[in-house]
Amino acid sequence: MNDNDNSRTAAWREELRRAIPAKERTSRPRVKMPELTPEYRVAHRREEVNQGLTLEMAMTEATRCLDCPNPQCVTGCPVAIDIPGFVKNIERGNIAEAARVLKTTSALPAVCGRVCPQEKQCESHCIRLKMKSEPVAIGYLERFAADYARDNDLESEPDRLPDNGRRIAVVGSGPAGLSFAGQMVKYGYRVTVFEALQEIGGVLKYGIPEFRLPNSIVEAEIDSLKAQGVEMVTDCIIGKTLTYDDLHREGFEGIFVGSGAGLPRFMDIPGENLNGIMSSNEYLTRINLMGAGTEGYDTPVLMGRNVAVIGGGNTAMDSVRTAKRMGAERVMLVYRRSEAEMPARLEEVKHAKEEGIEFFTLHNPVEYLGDEQGNVTTMRVQRMELGEPDASGRRSPVPVEGDIRDVPVDMVIVSVGVSPNPLVPRSIEGLEVSRRNTIVVDENTMQSNIADLYAGGDIVRGGATVILAMGDGRRAAIAMHQALSQK
Amino acid sequence: MNRIVSKEYFSEKVAKIVVEAPLIARSRRPGHFVIVRCGDKGERIPLTIADADTERGTITLVVQAVGPSTTKITALEPGEYLTDVVGPLGQATHIEHYGTVVCCGGGVGVAPLLPIIKAMKAAGNRVISVLAGRTKELIILEDEVRKHSDEVVIMTDDGSYGTKGLVTNGVEAVINREKVDFCVTIGPAIMMKFVALLTKKYEVPTICSLNTIMVDGTGMCGACRVTVDGKTRFVCVEGPEFDAHKVDFDQMLMRLRAYK
Repeated sequence: MNDNDNSRTAAWREELRRAIPAKERTSRPRVKMPELTPEYRVAHRREEVNQGLTLEMAMTEATRCLDCPNPQCVTGCPVAIDIPGFVKNIERGNIAEAARVLKTTSALPAVCGRVCPQEKQCESHCIRLKMKSEPVAIGYLERFAADYARDNDLESEPDRLPDNGRRIAVVGSGPAGLSFAGQMVKYGYRVTVFEALQEIGGVLKYGIPEFRLPNSIVEAEIDSLKAQGVEMVTDCIIGKTLTYDDLHREGFEGIFVGSGAGLPRFMDIPGENLNGIMSSNEYLTRINLMGAGTEGYDTPVLMGRNVAVIGGGNTAMDSVRTAKRMGAERVMLVYRRSEAEMPARLEEVKHAKEEGIEFFTLHNPVEYLGDEQGNVTTMRVQRMELGEPDASGRRSPVPVEGDIRDVPVDMVIVSVGVSPNPLVPRSIEGLEVSRRNTIVVDENTMQSNIADLYAGGDIVRGGATVILAMGDGRRAAIAMHQALSQK
Repeated sequence: MNRIVSKEYFSEKVAKIVVEAPLIARSRRPGHFVIVRCGDKGERIPLTIADADTERGTITLVVQAVGPSTTKITALEPGEYLTDVVGPLGQATHIEHYGTVVCCGGGVGVAPLLPIIKAMKAAGNRVISVLAGRTKELIILEDEVRKHSDEVVIMTDDGSYGTKGLVTNGVEAVINREKVDFCVTIGPAIMMKFVALLTKKYEVPTICSLNTIMVDGTGMCGACRVTVDGKTRFVCVEGPEFDAHKVDFDQMLMRLRAYK
């Protein structure tokens, strides 16, 4: 028996399929993720809500997978992870191999297992849904395999080609950049990651709070890349501190830009520049990256009592839940469509509700009022109803004439999206950018109109997910390696 | 990198520090700023670059101890290190031959004004510098400014040095005396507001350099937003310099009090 054969026809998988009858598999209920109680977690800001599955729970959940001949879950994954391949390894108790299968496609499975919107991706294609049952908990299992392998030193050294001496620069250390770096170092390149902030990790550090993605998980991935030889430079802005030409002079032969979506969007309504109104980027960066609100740290943060967060995405959920944990008495989520249209992960919506967040769906702020000192005191909201579907296919919200009311607030966090950071694109002469300031690339190779410059993640997509950014980084690495190999 | 090479006090609370930052020294232009952090628990604060020495690989910062971070920074001794120095950030000053340019600075605002004075002079302008402070001790960098100006006017609130009066009195006297083609003003927001009101009256095009609250300084947080010509702009990536006649200084003054 070849232990590394993870194909469906491998002897061990056939044996596994026979071991439990399908009827027995389908009768088992989906595992429940052990989580901290709402009362406890709102008082313990840094503790991760989801506690993770035990080995036993994971192995049992893995038996719920029917090992379909034509697994649709894989088609739902933006990077086409061999899902049955890792799930069945969990079922047979070979967690090291499960983790290895994940790592061949995903640079950061412990991260994706936590932050991917599985209910819209892999799990939405699970055959169990068609059988009027709940899908296999693929996200929980992914997280389990990655965590278990890391905690038990079961991670295998990735196969690497010998050092080829060629230097590659990565701009930005978020999911796209780290995924790209991980792939290129495997090909034998000397990779240097340049980060503008003082810490490596990008949005995984400054954006996503620890109650959803602990820093230790991100650190472990960064340490692993460092151990493989990836050099990390903080406080360095490509285009400012070092120019694109400087990188050439330093001998870099390829450059990958994953500088992310920097600029927060505001709604451009009256009163939006009053004190107490800020972007979710500002609020979360102060707390997550700068330590605001923690004893001994210099960075201040406003402690709102009546807080409104505008938006319905994951960042909005992170903001409401952070505000609750920072001690706000009343936290409101204001979203102009209905709950069904919310882009946030289902689990975040569930957790937010459990934590006592008030949902003002079908509401939209139209104006803010303040006191003489310029501090926001009132949010004027317009009630909305759903009209015809718009370009995104979602029913677009339209105001209910005359249905406007005032809600007292002392802090408002605007979380209605971001635009690509113009810093890097603007500083590279001749680089083709779109009207929305995204870098234009070939969607298969991620190559820009400048031959040695590739890009991926939000700087290309405008605003997407961690897994898509990682997929971009990986595709860019494959294409760049191919191009450089021919030189 | 980030090592303090030298420190000199201009007054009790105002220090000039020279910091090793070779990459920034090489790429910075007049008008640029850096983000500085002092200590692992420190906050990120923006400081405009006053000068740079590309050969020694240093930049010069002038810091007034007003809050916890600036107090920590000015307390650093030569040989010690700033935890982080990032930049250069912002858009560089647009320099061209205007004719006669009045450069007016108040307090530590004179420090970031100095490289602009130098560049305006080098571009062939007649440069008249107006330096203002509450009292004689708060007039800084006078000798360096003199070296690159055709004329220097000193204004103090208490009359302890130069002429007694506000910066606006000094600027108005120049405008009444001769044709002024352009004005640059850097200093406290309230000072820039009144300079802008004055030069608007005389229709002298004026730019100001805004020092707003920032967190990352790279366009990510939006804490620095100001209203210019009725539109919200980000000082860190679109500024720090704007048309002074179009800046909503009252809103900016209000926003500077957000964490007080």
